[in-house]
Amino acid sequence: MGALSESLVLAAGLVTHFDAHLVDIVLLSLRVSFTATLIAAVIGLPLGAAIAVGRFAGRPALIVMLNAMMGLPPVVVGLVVYLLLSRAGPLGTFGLLFTPGAMIIAQTILITPIIAALTRQIVADAWGEYREQLTSLGAGTLRAAMTLLWDTRFSLATVMLAGFGRAIAEVGAVMIVGGNIAGVTRVMTTTIALETSKGDLPLALALGLVLIAIVVLLNALAQLTREWAKARFG
Amino acid sequence: MADSATGLPIRLHQVAAAPGGVRVLTGIDIELKAGGRTVLLGPNGAGKSTLLRVLHGLIPPSAGSIAWGDAHTRPQGQAMVFQRPVMLRRSAADNVRYALDLAGVRGAEVDARIAEALDEVGLRALANRPARVLSGGEQQKLAFARVWALRPEVLFLDEPTASLDPAAARSVEQIIADIHARGTTIVMTTHNLVQAKRVADDILFLHAGRLTERTSAQEFFTRPRSAQAAEFLEGERL
Repeated sequence: MGALSESLVLAAGLVTHFDAHLVDIVLLSLRVSFTATLIAAVIGLPLGAAIAVGRFAGRPALIVMLNAMMGLPPVVVGLVVYLLLSRAGPLGTFGLLFTPGAMIIAQTILITPIIAALTRQIVADAWGEYREQLTSLGAGTLRAAMTLLWDTRFSLATVMLAGFGRAIAEVGAVMIVGGNIAGVTRVMTTTIALETSKGDLPLALALGLVLIAIVVLLNALAQLTREWAKARFG
Repeated sequence: MADSATGLPIRLHQVAAAPGGVRVLTGIDIELKAGGRTVLLGPNGAGKSTLLRVLHGLIPPSAGSIAWGDAHTRPQGQAMVFQRPVMLRRSAADNVRYALDLAGVRGAEVDARIAEALDEVGLRALANRPARVLSGGEQQKLAFARVWALRPEVLFLDEPTASLDPAAARSVEQIIADIHARGTTIVMTTHNLVQAKRVADDILFLHAGRLTERTSAQEFFTRPRSAQAAEFLEGERL
């Protein structure tokens, strides 16, 4: 109990004094996960909207597959990306393995299905309400999809935050493809895993506190966005 | 004479419709000409709203054929106001702007039409208010502003006053009269017989998915030809 209290005090000190090592790790985590979320949004938002509004052969199967992919095991994604990026793999020539780029790729693969599937659901619900009106006004499928994406933007912001939360809290995939190299690919989750296994609890606890604070902040932001949008736009 | 530019007359030949796999309309033959105000009447489930959507091209016929002028695809120049208006999450003015953009209206004419349309329905002061926070009556008026700005040749109205109080309903009726006065053909469903008397030139009476009577409004309300129409009017008078 005494050791835990001592670790907590040291952890709090690292956080409040903006320890340089801790700040570097946090910044790298934010950079990797933010970039992955951005790329996943560029792919997932239009993909989800297209599946919601479009009518084509194989659509039901695609929806099932997309929903199933929300539960992709991170270590499996990490393994696949590792095989693709390893020297002998098809993308080995790019030299991305054990770089932040590889971690971004892995996180993008993990959260794109989440963003696409949740976008599809939100846009499909809106399409149920808007379909007749937009069709009556002469909106084609593409224009309708773009209109729905814009009109559901506040709900979709929450989806993006959920994707970011999933990415930044993920450990298995980034550990495999990043290699947890100090100062290069060591992010919050992989550092927590490593430091805990070494018995060096203060840094692990400090990063845990930061991680939890980020997740709470994201949820608060999502909630405030929803409430503000409801009051402002109905 | 057919006018393919306006999509009139609208001709339905032996049209059936089965939205969602349920047969709602059977053997409908209609020709709607330019300039009239036609009201679809009938009991609940008769197929009025479905017929309106078929006429507007929102529901394809499951049998028979439909032609707008010489065309078999829905032309521009039609608009529809629904019982529950659907507003985009943007300002009242931008909802009208969106409709004009889809209709291909560009340049300075856009702002002029928006101002004119909002004036017509009395919403000019609320132009920058988010559309979805307007009251139900204001949203319905905004839906009319949208179609006023579009200047349609044909306007379909699906029970446009059903969820409005009497004062708002009369206000909307005046807007409908103004739109008709500009030469727009009106096709409307309503459950309000008093309103139908005020608005209609012609009545189409539907019963169980079939068109059982087409006549002038005056004749329909004084001497209905079909037993179903007579029974319907009698029930409404009770």
